[in-house]
Amino acid sequence: MEAQATTIQKTKWWGGGKSPFNVEYGKLMMWYFLMSDAFTFGAFLISYGTIRFSQNFWPDPNVVFNAFPGAGHANLPLAFVSLMTFILIISSVTMVLAVHAGHKNDKQGVIKWLAWTIAGGLAFLLCQTWEWHHLITGLHPVLSDGKIELIGQTTRANPWGELVSIEEARKALAASSHETLVHLAHEYPVSGATVTDPAALQKMTNAQLASMIDLTKAHVREKGPAAFGGYFFGITGFHGFHVFSGVVINIIMLIMAQKGVFERRGHYLMIEKAGLYWHFVDLVWVFVFLCFYLI
Amino acid sequence: MQHPAFPEVTYQHHMDDKSFKKRIIRTTVILTIVTIIELGLGLLLYALNLPDDFRRMLIKGCIIILSLAKAFYIVSVFMHLGDEIRNMILTIVVPLLLFIWFIIAFIADGNSYKKLKNKYDPYFKETTMPKTNH
Repeated sequence: MEAQATTIQKTKWWGGGKSPFNVEYGKLMMWYFLMSDAFTFGAFLISYGTIRFSQNFWPDPNVVFNAFPGAGHANLPLAFVSLMTFILIISSVTMVLAVHAGHKNDKQGVIKWLAWTIAGGLAFLLCQTWEWHHLITGLHPVLSDGKIELIGQTTRANPWGELVSIEEARKALAASSHETLVHLAHEYPVSGATVTDPAALQKMTNAQLASMIDLTKAHVREKGPAAFGGYFFGITGFHGFHVFSGVVINIIMLIMAQKGVFERRGHYLMIEKAGLYWHFVDLVWVFVFLCFYLI
Repeated sequence: MQHPAFPEVTYQHHMDDKSFKKRIIRTTVILTIVTIIELGLGLLLYALNLPDDFRRMLIKGCIIILSLAKAFYIVSVFMHLGDEIRNMILTIVVPLLLFIWFIIAFIADGNSYKKLKNKYDPYFKETTMPKTNH
């Protein structure tokens, strides 16, 4: 380190013949690209913040993101997204290890750690696919025009408005459609209900069905602010697209390393640039996680 | 030591395996612990179910500061920006200072829009204002 410090003092960085920033062209340009990408993501997130601040009500992330694959209706706020966050942190660590192996011209090390990084990226994408699917297809009861409807979260509407009181929801049951009542009686049966099979429930009358629904479990809400879905899918989708392209870049790096391209070239600096991109994806997730899930 | 393929690069960062390993493990542990604290605070917000007051803002402020700390560690250690020379760091960090204005100006604009709407549009206020019987 001391030797380096004296080099810095003695070096005339702007004297010509050398890179004044002590990095090669490709790496510097990757940094500038990432800076511009940071502004793109920043603009999206700030736009989201502006709209959120212009609303009196905004959905509580602990209510929206409380599902976990295979856990049914269990209320597990933030559990699944924590898993996604740790997957991304760990894949960032394996990328650092791949870059380090590259510095040592260790071909097998580069291949091994890149493969783990790709696996982490794919795992993250699978998690996001599940999350989106769950949000879009998971139907939740909302009070709309005096009756209860079942909607999922889309870019046009979402079921994450304010909780409706039990009395108000009970009144709305009378005006709701047969299909809605069957769905609710199936998903949220009163304790001790003997019939929960949808086929059997189909044959019952609306009044019978209404008495078989446990409204304390159903959590009937109003519709939430329409902008929520657009921002959520837009920004997590744009981040997911970055993860996807990062995985593609890493796969290309893996194939090139495997074929000995970098070995012949004598250095593994391409891995370093791919690594910068991959860490940036992790960096953006820190802020997406902050803005959508934590606060 | 000059770079073999890039003569314009004056010296390279070389770190022996031992100190590299130590540094990576330390950073990973810090990132993990900070994330766990963030999650704890997020769940605390849910458990306490506070109204939109100062205490809520305080917890959210803590989470934001912790996230910035995480961002610092990722950029400085994982992306090795901390190891670059000062001029290089500044060309990346100084333009990002624009975010200070960007965030304050736009959030304030959104907030002002809400206040004006609540003042002049009673329908908006009535239909969207959270009820107190939470």
